[in-house]
Amino acid sequence: MDFTPLLISMRTASVSIFFTFFLGVFAAKLVAGMERERLKIILDGILTLPLVLPPTVAGFFLLYLFGVKRPLGLFFLQFFGVKIAFSWSATVLAASVISFPLMYRSARGAFEQVDQTLVQAARTLGMSEGKIFWRIVMPLALPGVASGGILAFARGLGEFGATAMIAGNVAGKTRTLPLAIYSAVAAGDMEGAYDYVIVILLVSFLVVAGMNWFTAKERKYTRREGRR
Amino acid sequence: MSLDISVARKWKGFELEVSFSSQNEILGILGASGCGKSMTLKCIAGIVTPEKGRITVGERVLFDAAAKICVKPQERRVGYLFQQYALFPHMTVEENIGCALSHLAKNQRRKKIEWLLNRFQMENLGRRYPGQLSGGQQQRVALARILAYEPEVLLLDEPFSALDFHLKEQLQLELRDFIQEYSGDVVLVTHSREEAYRFCSQLIILEEGKCIAQGDTRSLFQNPGLLTVARLTGCKNFSQARQTGPCTIFAEDWGIELTVEQEIPEGIDYVGIRAHHFLPAAEEKMPNCFPIAVRSIMEGPFEWNILFRSPEGKRASEDIWWTVGKDKYGGQAPSYLQVLPENILLLRSAAR
Repeated sequence: MDFTPLLISMRTASVSIFFTFFLGVFAAKLVAGMERERLKIILDGILTLPLVLPPTVAGFFLLYLFGVKRPLGLFFLQFFGVKIAFSWSATVLAASVISFPLMYRSARGAFEQVDQTLVQAARTLGMSEGKIFWRIVMPLALPGVASGGILAFARGLGEFGATAMIAGNVAGKTRTLPLAIYSAVAAGDMEGAYDYVIVILLVSFLVVAGMNWFTAKERKYTRREGRR
Repeated sequence: MSLDISVARKWKGFELEVSFSSQNEILGILGASGCGKSMTLKCIAGIVTPEKGRITVGERVLFDAAAKICVKPQERRVGYLFQQYALFPHMTVEENIGCALSHLAKNQRRKKIEWLLNRFQMENLGRRYPGQLSGGQQQRVALARILAYEPEVLLLDEPFSALDFHLKEQLQLELRDFIQEYSGDVVLVTHSREEAYRFCSQLIILEEGKCIAQGDTRSLFQNPGLLTVARLTGCKNFSQARQTGPCTIFAEDWGIELTVEQEIPEGIDYVGIRAHHFLPAAEEKMPNCFPIAVRSIMEGPFEWNILFRSPEGKRASEDIWWTVGKDKYGGQAPSYLQVLPENILLLRSAAR
């Protein structure tokens, strides 16, 4: 069995979760704190779009923006000398865009679940907004934020449609696990596809089980022992 | 220190418009739920921003719409005790208190936390989480945390609303002692007339965002003046009324003529009688005595609640409540009741 697709997938998912996590948390904090209802709905719609669009459509848009002769693609090529389309970085781009809504929505839900009176109390106690976010909102929202991160990672690992559109299927370069399965089946190599399927099944199951374990884990502060 | 506030705020079809001042005393805001009590406190603390008005504490301006001043809640030095105390559940008692001391160096913070734990008799609770504490201990942590911040004004938002009865009584005593030692202004918001009466020397009565009465607590309870104020101070029985003589008034819903102590001022269109102000009477000869038809009797642990009507009253009128202690009365309803002239509340239905 050729392990390169697995390595490419893991590298892609690991790098893209880095972008997805911070951008998702940032967007979630921004939207959760918004007071103008209409702007909130529109922004939320745009940020969620990659989740509901067919991945090929998302990939189409990415190609449209990052293609070698398209505005953003040209910009990256001229200023950084980086060719994005049909290179490994395109797999990261596709995985980030497609997994972003999962991160963003989970984090936003988790932030909105945090009792606002705690935030208000913190303000009246003189805590700065930054401290309130990192010491109160974030720790209390952590289970939701973390499960969003894990879901986004798993989604990035399994990304197929958008990756195929913008990164192509270059063996050893952009051929991730899902693409390797597709290629194997297309070539009639069912045995080869079988191995990859088992690998992806295992990894996905471990990720989801890990997430469930993490969110169900009793937090230290909710334990009631020692109560008088 | 003195607290002066005058604010207006519109919010989802609700209009708040209050103004009052307090001078080193315990001021109560009494009102039904949804009347704007908590909103008023939130304006003072800076959690919500009013549209108009001005809030000052002593010389400090916290808010002035005209001058576009709106001090951040972090810098107002206004302590806010939330209904459920709003302790941070993921932090220990020490960390909770420490949150209000972030401006101090580490060892100073340590000392101050120890001093506060000591002050509230919680030396051995510092490492616990709020979820592991009883309601009373939680209140003490919340107070210690507020005190750590050294506020000049203390706002108490329905501090006893979520407590069991027996705990409530004990915490009221603890909080009263605490407030008496506290040197700044205190504003207590409540919907309970007992709490208002026990804690506050001055009282403001809010209804639908407007301040409808203001004054010394005791005199407001004795002479509410307005129908709505009488209802908020716990009076249960009201009747429309029409003056018939200098000291006599006819209660139309009940069909009874009542004699009162003082001369009746102009504009009185209601009378009220508190449920415990009825006295059993043997015969109709005495003043303010009338026959009753008992409708139902409810037994409480230490008192009887007797609902009755006056046979002369309007058919559509509500039952009249009479509450009487079991030590004073056996539970067998008499045929006549009496009200002393000084116990009849003369009321107006609308502010003049």
